[in-house]
Amino acid sequence: MPEIKNYTLNFGPQHPAAHGVLRLVLEMDGEVIERADPHIGLLHRATEKLAESKPFNQSIGYMDRLDYVSMMCNEHGYVMAIEKLLQLEVPERAQYIRVMFDEITRILNHLMWIGTHALDVGAMTMFLYAFREREDLMDMYEAVSGARMHASYYRPGGVARDLPDAMPQYEANKWRSQKDANRLNENRQSSLLDFIDDFTQRFPTYVDEYETLLTDNRIWKQRTVGIGVVSEERAYQLGFTGPMLRGSGVAWDLRKKQPYEVYADMDFDIPVGTNGDCYDRYLVRVEELRQSNRIIQQCVKWLRNNPGPIASDNHKVVPPRREEMKADMEGLIHHFKLFTEGFCLPAGEVYTAVEHPKGEFGVFLVSDGSNKPYRLKVRAPGFAHLSSMNEMAKGHMLADVVAIIGTQDIVFGEIDR
Amino acid sequence: MMETLLPYMSWLPAELQYLVVTLIKIVAIVIPLFIIVAYYTYAERKVIGYMQIRVGPNRVGPKGLFQPFADMFKLMFKEIVVPTNANIYLFIIAPVLAFAPAMAAWAVIPFNDTLVFSDINAGLLYILAMTSLGVYGVIIAGWASNSKYALLGAMRSAAQIVAYEIAMGFALVGVLMASGSLNLGDIVDAQRGDWSNWFFIPLLPLFLVYFIAGVAETNRAPFDVAEGESEIVAGFHVEYSGMTFAVFFLAEYANMILISMLTALMFLGGWLSPWPELLPDSIFWLFFKTGIFMLLFLWFRATFPRYRYDQIMRLGWKVLLPVTIVWLVVEGVMVYYQVGPWAA
Repeated sequence: MPEIKNYTLNFGPQHPAAHGVLRLVLEMDGEVIERADPHIGLLHRATEKLAESKPFNQSIGYMDRLDYVSMMCNEHGYVMAIEKLLQLEVPERAQYIRVMFDEITRILNHLMWIGTHALDVGAMTMFLYAFREREDLMDMYEAVSGARMHASYYRPGGVARDLPDAMPQYEANKWRSQKDANRLNENRQSSLLDFIDDFTQRFPTYVDEYETLLTDNRIWKQRTVGIGVVSEERAYQLGFTGPMLRGSGVAWDLRKKQPYEVYADMDFDIPVGTNGDCYDRYLVRVEELRQSNRIIQQCVKWLRNNPGPIASDNHKVVPPRREEMKADMEGLIHHFKLFTEGFCLPAGEVYTAVEHPKGEFGVFLVSDGSNKPYRLKVRAPGFAHLSSMNEMAKGHMLADVVAIIGTQDIVFGEIDR
Repeated sequence: MMETLLPYMSWLPAELQYLVVTLIKIVAIVIPLFIIVAYYTYAERKVIGYMQIRVGPNRVGPKGLFQPFADMFKLMFKEIVVPTNANIYLFIIAPVLAFAPAMAAWAVIPFNDTLVFSDINAGLLYILAMTSLGVYGVIIAGWASNSKYALLGAMRSAAQIVAYEIAMGFALVGVLMASGSLNLGDIVDAQRGDWSNWFFIPLLPLFLVYFIAGVAETNRAPFDVAEGESEIVAGFHVEYSGMTFAVFFLAEYANMILISMLTALMFLGGWLSPWPELLPDSIFWLFFKTGIFMLLFLWFRATFPRYRYDQIMRLGWKVLLPVTIVWLVVEGVMVYYQVGPWAA
């Protein structure tokens, strides 16, 4: 009789559920996973090395492209590192704008997650529902920065520009009638804040829709309850952060534990799971959608009533206004210096971390006093999560691997950097 | 009906006349079936599109109505890629093996009192035989492709179809007991009267089991583990392209329509009108009832996540099968003591 042995299955990098370019080498006994070996590096773009050869302010755009579904949160970690080393004060309005866009980004990321996670588990419709809302959120990005994804909106000392008073409008074209365009423009008639406010009014009902489709769905529960269980202790040991850690029952959130910007003034709750399985992490993230919505509402309310500067007036770091640059000699010099050699940071090293939608996004910056970082290290939350793949998937079936990839919310931009 | 053609063929020998008439009948069933399959794919994309707040195909022809033909031409002219070390004969034969039973099963389907290609008395058995043959195509395709994904898909499919075939067969035994015949025409006739005489009322559990098993049998969501898009890419037909793929596709959709029509015939009274005093019996009732189930197939796909392989097995063996057996016993008792619809 021939000896029965395990076989290896090459899962990805070209696989519908590989979330980009994940390559998993699975050692399988029939349908059961004996060992899962994630291979990374297929999306390596040397972001950290590139940043070493550019002035500080020119690397912000690279940060967008790390975790390319939560763009502004990456920027946030980076500009916070610069600000901390410069000891630069950020005006309060800029802090509120940052918090608001951090939460918009969190919703953006979690919508992407819920869509792809459900798609992996087979519920195709969730994906398109989530993208319907993402469209509005990206319009907010567009209104404020001109770009729908890679915004480069946060700058050392504040943000690039104030919130606009008008929203970009849809136009009728060959494929979109004037009637459709008018319908789409209906809630885009006034300022960005009105649009965001309108969205936050609508959004809880959308989340209810998602929950109707998934939360009590027997198949969804069968596919996620008890899958990829990580105990509280192991979650610490594996370096989990964010919803992955909270799903295992640890109420750890940098927004509460080490509040940055104006999170200390915000009223929101930290959802935690109990079992540490895929279903708990699902519930945690869905609740985070609602909590983020709450934070955005608070920010909108504050921002409506408190106009003010949106960037520091230290023109050694923040470029002067364009009129100033045209009219004022000093402004011109600042502008020229900033856009040619950038600014220098005092020698030293700094670590900052933000509560990124996926976990703790940390930036470790070493400066030798020049206008470029001596070393930049990005702590990507997804890397630690992916490292636990073997532990989470062992003993489960092939279909569960897909659910686990989904629950880890992996994006290769940040893992490979 | 075809007999009206006979005078025009009187110059042919008698055997040939019979052959020609038979061929014409086959064509008269198969060609509309192909067209329905083509537009079923279109309907699927449109219906699921609207369920997912998008519009579906709308480029080829008005409202995208020529999309199925565009797809067909594309698939016809695509190269059939045979993987290295694949068993080429089995690789080519597999789609045919999946397709032939899907077509052959239509031979015994009655469309109304008279319109039936082959009115055999073992119709139900024939249907069971044909629908269970389809799995060989899937298994052979998975094995011949020389791909691990395809093999996994084939294994899943084999296990799944065995499990659900049994539940499905038991559900049909219930229909057999209720109607006292294996002939599909007689089964419909046994439901004559208004809608309260249809079998879905006394056989409600079997009706549900049959349709669920039918969805599983055709490898459709939420039981589509055999092709499990996000797990094993496309399962058994991952290596197929061009016409060989199209044939699998045709078989799958023909089977879906078949299951829908069988459900309509056996549980919803086929061509019988729900209110015979108000509206006459007509073939359109059959199409309407079939259409409801065809829509359900699409609706399921847009709504449910996919079951895991072992969960499908559990559902089949531990839920559906006991339900059918229990209901068969109940039905047997009811028949014996002449309760309910068997009172006569």
